[in-house]
Amino acid sequence: MLIIEDLKVTLGDKEILRHIDLEIFPGETHILFGPNGSGKTTLLMTIMGYPQYRVTGGKIYFKGVDITHMPINERARLGIGMSFQRPPTIHGLKTRQMVRICSRNGADAEAMAEKMKFSDFLDRDINAGFSGGEIKRSELLQLMAQNPDLMLFDEPESGVDLENISLIGNTISELLERDIHVHTSPNQPRNKALQERKKMGLIITHTGFILDYVTADKGQVLYEGMLSCKSNPQEIFRCIKRIGYEECVRCAT
Amino acid sequence: MRDLNEKAKQAKEKKAALGPDIDLTTFDAEPVGIPRLDSPSQLPEKDRERMLQAGVDASEEGRSGTYIQKDTAVVYSHSTQDGLLVLPIKQALEEHQWARDYYWKLVNVDADKYTAGAQLNLHDGYVIRALPGSRVFLPVQACLYLDRNNISQYVHNLIIAEEDSELHVITGCATSPHLKRGLHVGISEFFVKKNAKLSFTMIHHWAEEMMVRPRSVGVVEEGGLFLNNYICMKPVKSLQMFPVTRLTGRGAVSRFYSLLAGNPGTTLDVGGRIFLSAAETRAEIIARAISNGGTIVSRGDLVGEVPGIRAHLECRGLILRGGTIHAIPELQGKVDGVEMSHEAAVGKIAQEEILYLMSRGLSEDEATSTIVRGFMSVDIPGLPAPLKAEIDRAVEQSNKDMM
Repeated sequence: MLIIEDLKVTLGDKEILRHIDLEIFPGETHILFGPNGSGKTTLLMTIMGYPQYRVTGGKIYFKGVDITHMPINERARLGIGMSFQRPPTIHGLKTRQMVRICSRNGADAEAMAEKMKFSDFLDRDINAGFSGGEIKRSELLQLMAQNPDLMLFDEPESGVDLENISLIGNTISELLERDIHVHTSPNQPRNKALQERKKMGLIITHTGFILDYVTADKGQVLYEGMLSCKSNPQEIFRCIKRIGYEECVRCAT
Repeated sequence: MRDLNEKAKQAKEKKAALGPDIDLTTFDAEPVGIPRLDSPSQLPEKDRERMLQAGVDASEEGRSGTYIQKDTAVVYSHSTQDGLLVLPIKQALEEHQWARDYYWKLVNVDADKYTAGAQLNLHDGYVIRALPGSRVFLPVQACLYLDRNNISQYVHNLIIAEEDSELHVITGCATSPHLKRGLHVGISEFFVKKNAKLSFTMIHHWAEEMMVRPRSVGVVEEGGLFLNNYICMKPVKSLQMFPVTRLTGRGAVSRFYSLLAGNPGTTLDVGGRIFLSAAETRAEIIARAISNGGTIVSRGDLVGEVPGIRAHLECRGLILRGGTIHAIPELQGKVDGVEMSHEAAVGKIAQEEILYLMSRGLSEDEATSTIVRGFMSVDIPGLPAPLKAEIDRAVEQSNKDMM
């Protein structure tokens, strides 16, 4: 379980997050909405532990551990993983090696890559010359190998062509164990599968495309440094589309 | 021969164009008598170990030929394949006119005091020759080893890939663990004939007070390919070399790759010049340098002399723990219609890359060494797997030392 209490975060000398409270229970997936510059990426990077995002107040707990000031790699070991929006290129480091790093040598890189239609990229330097969509597939492949308990997705559908959007969407759904209709066998009741779902997700989306593929438990709107409303993600998305963030947030508060 | 000696004597005091000057009289140049061996496995274990670190395997497994020289004397010279000659150069010069024809054909004996010294003090060296049409897929290994402290070693090597042949050479230069100070001067002349393919991989494994002055020139004829790889990751006091290659036949290709580490107290001045003098020739110079407190001058000069040639130069440097990396990339286009480019970058490891790897579970140290390893891992097309493995091993070993 992820618990965030009254979190304040500064980037440079600018306060980005003013007051964040958030709880994600095991098995839950939340969608994070918000206009450009509202601090969505900041929130994800802070949960992951990027040091330039300075926590000036509040606490973050994961699996009962106070991780507010824990180094990134220890958070990763504890079960937090992220799909980045613009990850850096590392020259000379093959995608195949990166998959091995993520899985601590445990994963079958070939099989996973095939699933992500990414086999041709295994022997290429990670992120070198990857298109927007290729970066997303690479990030999901890495998350698949890492298999963390809490997954943070920063706009997983941006830059993805229509042909691959369902691949991205369905993969995220699978990673977050949202695809229970696929795995439920006739002799295994649906609620049992639901109970067994443990993966937690927090997904930033602008376009809402991802909602067509991933069922989510809650939507959250980040506005002016605060999470201003929580409800059904589909409803929030419709509301934002209809009347915009400002009005949407006003109606919720 | 007499002419050469005359010319050499004239140049005995001639300082080199690059690199700090060395007082050659402070080293012993007297030849040392060392008996020949029946097999390299008779070498002491400590020597074999050092040689292995420079890519020379005393078991001779996976090698088509072996040449080992200790100080000033040949201790072993052997070829296991028809069409491949591996000979000590003194013997070759005595017995074969062809060897005399190749000797000092490309390098000028009076270029500087080091070339002159190599003529006047010749302490042997190797001749490796693939006869026309012979394909030598397994690498030939050569080791120039320094054992006695304060010795100077002057060697001269001829590497000849005759028409339509294929030859892969790995040369390991190393010093015994107890050697502190020494001088190595090595003349190398490369002949890549029509449609021949030569890869030459040199791994240097010197000692902290070693002075090293290789001098080499190569020529590549029509359709020939010359890959020249150089790895120097270990401490050395001063090493300066500026190998030159001339692409004289249509479609000739040459690629230089160097992987350099500048440890504290080390000064490397390494680079190369390639003349593209015939139609459709291609050249590439790629260098990766990391500095841990030493000084590295990484040079590269491409000279385009006819239209339609293509050449690229790339030098990347990482300053890890102080020191200097001085990249000097040069391009000389001398006619219309040449296509030449270069890129040079010197910097530090990007924090963003470290954090990215940490987010996948690596510690900061693991992330740093992963990035450095990636930085030094350059894909070298056309290099056989065993050579690639030797390069990876040399780099890996050094990375471990540095981290």
